[in-house]
Amino acid sequence: MLTVTLRHAFPGFQLDASFQAPAGLTALFGHSGSGKTTVVNAVAGLLRPQSGRVTVGDMVLTDSDAGVFLPPHRRGIGYVFQEARLFPHLNVRQNLLYGHWFTGRGQQADLSRVVEMLGIGHMLSRRPAALSGGERQRVALGRAILCHPRLLLMDEPLAALDQARKDEILPYLERLRDHAGLPILYVSHSPAEVARLATTVVLMDKGRVSAAGPVAAMLSDPAVAPLFGMAETGAVLTARIEAQEPDGLTRLLTSAGPLFLPRIAAPVGTGLRLRILAQDVMIATAPPRGISALNVIPAQVHDMTAVPGGVLVRLQAGDQMILSRITARSADVLGLSPGVPVYAVLKAVSVAPGTIGVSRG
Amino acid sequence: MTDWLTPEAWQAVRLSIRVSLWAVAASLPLGVFVAYALARWRFPGHGLLNGLVHLPLVLPPVVTGYLLLLTFGRRGWIGEWLDQVGIVLAFRWTGAALAAAIMAFPLMVRAIRLAIEAVDPKLEQAASTLGAPRPWVFLTVTLPLILPGIMTGAILAFAKAMGEFGATITFVSNIPGQTQTLPSAIYAFLQVPGGEAAAARLVLIAVVIAMAALFLSEWLSRLIARRIRGL
Repeated sequence: MLTVTLRHAFPGFQLDASFQAPAGLTALFGHSGSGKTTVVNAVAGLLRPQSGRVTVGDMVLTDSDAGVFLPPHRRGIGYVFQEARLFPHLNVRQNLLYGHWFTGRGQQADLSRVVEMLGIGHMLSRRPAALSGGERQRVALGRAILCHPRLLLMDEPLAALDQARKDEILPYLERLRDHAGLPILYVSHSPAEVARLATTVVLMDKGRVSAAGPVAAMLSDPAVAPLFGMAETGAVLTARIEAQEPDGLTRLLTSAGPLFLPRIAAPVGTGLRLRILAQDVMIATAPPRGISALNVIPAQVHDMTAVPGGVLVRLQAGDQMILSRITARSADVLGLSPGVPVYAVLKAVSVAPGTIGVSRG
Repeated sequence: MTDWLTPEAWQAVRLSIRVSLWAVAASLPLGVFVAYALARWRFPGHGLLNGLVHLPLVLPPVVTGYLLLLTFGRRGWIGEWLDQVGIVLAFRWTGAALAAAIMAFPLMVRAIRLAIEAVDPKLEQAASTLGAPRPWVFLTVTLPLILPGIMTGAILAFAKAMGEFGATITFVSNIPGQTQTLPSAIYAFLQVPGGEAAAARLVLIAVVIAMAALFLSEWLSRLIARRIRGL
């Protein structure tokens, strides 16, 4: 568990943030200039806050009242930067083992394990200049992990990469989150990344924490979700692959009922996390007939919130929440109000494969 | 060789090379330290230190030499103290090395400082998050990356030291075999009738050494830069 309380005044900008990051991946989300990187740098010890307290587990890293401020090299924190910051004069293997010189931790067995997990075995003797952006970022990730940090910081590690490179790294981040067992603080301004990776979301705005909580609750909260941008508003569903159908579909089991999506290349039983955008969900008051959409999920209106250009309807299906954005007229015509039983209609192809995350839970 | 060059002239060439090598070798660690301090640290007196380092570049060399005589001469406030522990600089080749080192110092520091400023401090930050204490960050990240700059600075300083005349002749005079460096020898030959031929030969040697130093510097920096960048 990471606990952070920070106060620092810059010319024209005031940071006053406080939050907790439990196990798993905590996404620090906000617009550029909201203070996310400043928070991460203060946790890493690269910035000394005017006042504040930072602890990881029972270790105090910063405590302005007690005059405690550990320098970065004594914090045992892994930091993956936006630009990989690999050492150009060292090859990949030397980069990976750099922290080993100082911590004395990390054995040959660790190196092979991390190298295998990140798929970088074939580039060990190469120099960073000869690597692609995605490869560099994987090496940077490995370098941070091999210090055996008690906490991992990532400052928009994917922001400088194109979509193909992102898709290449995201599975590694999921594996790290689910298997490494260390808390991760992850700065992002991409709703898709947050929906796919986060366990906990901390929303930042103008140097303050404006909301914080578990990802599913945060992304389906009508008061919070629009902050991600109206087109990006969408709830997160957890599901499990139940069967691969012969006609190219994958049958998923969710607490809201079965769901059919185009073939997802993962074994039966794999846990998934789907982001269902509010603009892709239609609402029907009766079971629709003669309709191409494969997914009709029985649900109940939980609440309705007026948003620019329409109404954001939160539907409860099983123990999960789905968001749907419809026009005010549709809401009127359908006579929607909290408690009304409805059907949420979702086209199978509306869930983009890149947004589907794998999770152990 | 001795047919073409008088023993006296040959002695001056060897002395100049010895003086310059010592001047560079002895001042290089301090040069790297000062360059690092000027490039990376903000402290009171930053401007003063910068000015002090550059002073020999803008002062008349004779003035620098005279100031050296005042401080490091046998009656000078440092020289007197050094004399007691058995070190005499004035009118010795070691004094010539000191004068050359001080005159070449600004060039050396400038080249190294440029190299340090070109190193991304973010790399040093990354090293510290990986557990490296400050001195180790310098030794394992900064130093390897600025090697080409150090090389350039050292060779520039060597060339400057080879050519130093004004401060040297003021501080340690022009004693053949003791303090008569290559430029002082050229000067001495020009003072005597019929010395032009000998002076011209020394001039030729000076040109060759200077050009060789420049080419070596270029070649070495490029080689090191290529090895560091891994291309």
